[in-house]
Amino acid sequence: MATSVTVYGPPLSTAVSRVLVCLLEKDVPFQLVPVSMAKMEHKKPDFIKMQPFGQVPAFQDDDITLFESRAICRYIAEKYPTQGTAGLYGTNPLVKASIDQWLEAESQSFNPPSSVLTFQLVFAPRMKLKQDEALIKLNEGKLVKVLDVYENRLGSSRYLAGDEFSLADLSHLPNTQFLVDKTDRAELFTSRKNVSRWWSEISTRPAWKKVVEMQNA
Amino acid sequence: MALKLYGFVGSNATFRALASLFEKDLDFEFVKVHMAGREHKTPQFLSRNPFGQVPVLEDGDITVFESRAITQYIARTYADKGTDLMMKDPKKMAIQSVWMEVESQKFDLPSHKLTIELYVNVLRRGQEADEALVAEFETKLADVLDVYELRLKESKYLGGDSFTLVDLHHLPNLHYLMATKVKRLFDARPHVSAWAADIVSRPAWVKVASMLQK
Repeated sequence: MATSVTVYGPPLSTAVSRVLVCLLEKDVPFQLVPVSMAKMEHKKPDFIKMQPFGQVPAFQDDDITLFESRAICRYIAEKYPTQGTAGLYGTNPLVKASIDQWLEAESQSFNPPSSVLTFQLVFAPRMKLKQDEALIKLNEGKLVKVLDVYENRLGSSRYLAGDEFSLADLSHLPNTQFLVDKTDRAELFTSRKNVSRWWSEISTRPAWKKVVEMQNA
Repeated sequence: MALKLYGFVGSNATFRALASLFEKDLDFEFVKVHMAGREHKTPQFLSRNPFGQVPVLEDGDITVFESRAITQYIARTYADKGTDLMMKDPKKMAIQSVWMEVESQKFDLPSHKLTIELYVNVLRRGQEADEALVAEFETKLADVLDVYELRLKESKYLGGDSFTLVDLHHLPNLHYLMATKVKRLFDARPHVSAWAADIVSRPAWVKVASMLQK
């Protein structure tokens, strides 16, 4: 069966993996085209045509080219509402509003400190770069405040936006996986009872387990 | 009144939400949150937004926080009123969604940092500019504006051929930056300059800006 969907980028990239898990949750077949960051393929003219900031992922579906992982996820959820996991982006404006507010919270409050920590604790050592202890401390402090809010929320709600798994939860998978699995900071998540329960549920979903396999391949 | 916006005059995010309410010509009550008195950290406020931030929208018994979630809620719920802020065609909406993320992920940080440094610290508080910080974030902003310049050569507005939430989301930070030397970054790029002049002169934004003047 010809697939109209192509994702460009390495599965280890948090933004790429965000898109991959969304496609897998929705049972949308796709082809994954590797992009060698080491060879600066993401800065070459052909790639820039798709993604003008020279970042992964880039995404194509038929005649449409998209970038920014959260925009791609919204598109996938809207285009394929009935197949795979339903309700990723809700079916009416009220549910969408709840998903949007927690997706924005992920994007504005969770992503910045968790991205810095992921880079400092996971990627900097691999790239033989010196870790910035002050930056790590600062961002741990910021992340702790966010996780305290989540701990409270998840005590009265199964998932962030409500009773159903949605894009709001999905968007947290990439950075949290690195922090829990590849650093000594897992207890930021596992020491919080409700966050720990939520993380356990969302990270053992088959779609995410498949992405982790792809990352470790 | 069914629609209430909780906010603060010093908050760009509040003005992002206000812009959408004015574009849609909606009746609403603006409830000023007393930040200096730490009202945003009270249990009552935290029950509206557990992050203790403004703005928060109440529409009957619905509560929404995060300015960009509020504007999307307004755009969808009141689709038949005022300005169309979201594309109806799914492919056009997908493109709009891309550029909404660009504003959020690329434009907001450098523009916000420059606003705090040059408008708040220098202009308002009379401090001396941290030139290293200004240089760092002007470089980042310039890179984003270079992409915008190319985009606006092919598209009348950032999100597509009409004014949408993409452009609206830029307005608060843009408003402050235009009062600083960062304006020259916009002026140097003809399509960006024309776009910026166009969107800040929209009647709805002029109303919001007049609230900022008080």
